[in-house]
Amino acid sequence: MATQPSDTSVYQGSDFRRLLPYPDRSLSLEQHRALYGPASYRGAPQVLIDEVRAAGLTGRGGAGFPTYRKLEAVLRAAGGAVVVANGAEGEPASCKDRTLLYSDPHLVLDGLQLAAEAVGARQAYAYIHPDQRVLRRVREAVAERVRAGVDRVPVTVVEAAPRFIAGQETAVVHRIEGGLALPRYAPLRVSERGIGGAATLVQNVETLAHLALIADYGAGWFRAAGTSDEPGTLLATVHRPNATPRVIETAPGAPLGELLGLDAATAAAGGGSAPRAVLIGGYHGTWLPADRATALPLTNAALRAEGASLGAGVLAALPADCCGLRETARVVSYLAAESAGQCGPCLNGLPRIAHALRVLAGPGVHARERADVSRWAGQIERRGACHHPDGSIRLVRSALTVFEEELWRHGQGMCVASNDRAFLPLPSPMNPPRTDEDWR
Amino acid sequence: MTMHATNAATDSGTASGAGARLRLDPTRCSGHGLCAELLGEHVALDEWGYPIIADRAIPAQLLADARRAVTDCPALALRLDIAAREGAARL
Repeated sequence: MATQPSDTSVYQGSDFRRLLPYPDRSLSLEQHRALYGPASYRGAPQVLIDEVRAAGLTGRGGAGFPTYRKLEAVLRAAGGAVVVANGAEGEPASCKDRTLLYSDPHLVLDGLQLAAEAVGARQAYAYIHPDQRVLRRVREAVAERVRAGVDRVPVTVVEAAPRFIAGQETAVVHRIEGGLALPRYAPLRVSERGIGGAATLVQNVETLAHLALIADYGAGWFRAAGTSDEPGTLLATVHRPNATPRVIETAPGAPLGELLGLDAATAAAGGGSAPRAVLIGGYHGTWLPADRATALPLTNAALRAEGASLGAGVLAALPADCCGLRETARVVSYLAAESAGQCGPCLNGLPRIAHALRVLAGPGVHARERADVSRWAGQIERRGACHHPDGSIRLVRSALTVFEEELWRHGQGMCVASNDRAFLPLPSPMNPPRTDEDWR
Repeated sequence: MTMHATNAATDSGTASGAGARLRLDPTRCSGHGLCAELLGEHVALDEWGYPIIADRAIPAQLLADARRAVTDCPALALRLDIAAREGAARL
């Protein structure tokens, strides 16, 4: 596939209404059909995969993997195939998947049917966040479709476990099989051997919604937003100081500073009330200094050059009166508690790192804790069955770099925080897993 | 692209043990540490007694020790991949 140079980028504006034309409503099947028409089946497997490849769609669940390659892997695998719409959204700072599922479950379910056709699957699952409002809406939507007889493949709705890592692919497979939502160490990908041994396509719900629209309007239409290397739109959850978190539909190439309400000049001047740091990608993501982030376009290419990536589209501007070390210590304590406890490095490393961060979040010079964190981070890297330890230390390392000045300030007995208010959202009440039941 | 190089033991390089890799299932491992005893050249232990396996092929002269580490692991957490090609296990 010929790649166009990135200067031919076509990013246009930052306000798109492809996936959420009526974000405040929940569309019935009839209303959805009036807007988009019926799902655009291709009549045979493979056909839509070529269109998805031409569109350049990548996964919107965090990893950003080219969707057509996953589809092809599942299509090529011997035996039956299964497709899963992954709406687990275990990330507490993200609510874009739930927003989409509530607003137009039928767009996701159309995408699930089309993906099933593309890979020749006879069974489909919707694995949905335990938010009862969303879960109920998805169940209703599936029932509406059964009554209308529009689906070709039966869909089973499965409630996701309320855990950070519940959406990890092997955990999804495990849970749908009736087990616990625990990641597994598997030499084979779930696209080769997943649910009941069948090749399994686990695709984020937003990705499936894009896929449905690509089937309707084609690759060229999809590419009319975004950049030539990172086409299409994306949903992001945006956290700004003194504002309710908001789900927006934007496109790669959008100015990050604008999305986060950062004024380039203020950020550079480090003015009193301007955010000094932003969190990109979520709790497995990366802190960046606000003045660097402000100038960046919202593309993985630009973010990777800064050591960050879009992840599942969480963008947060830390209020100037919030302490980044304290926020990171809170989040990492949560991440440590959310470990499945299956792998030694995660079980032993994350709680110790979290404890050291809580010490660093307090007053005083703590050279030993700081050295401990760096050493432990190096020790646990790439040694888990899932990405949880790696993602967590990614956040930790970026915090120690970006909040270096704050570490110094704590050494002097000072802190930027002028109140006890926490900024980054965590589940309330905190309900760390203790028994097997907590993983169902 | 989904094929695995599982039966590549006849590769010309295997005489020297090239390509044999020790794989750990971290969810099974409970840190007995036997592997580090038996194969100290290739396996170190972290601060909590869990193995850190060197990211390189097992040299031919260590293959016998590596097999022993695999069979003696009380948690059955180790496996020897003969001539698994780099990246073959991942799509």
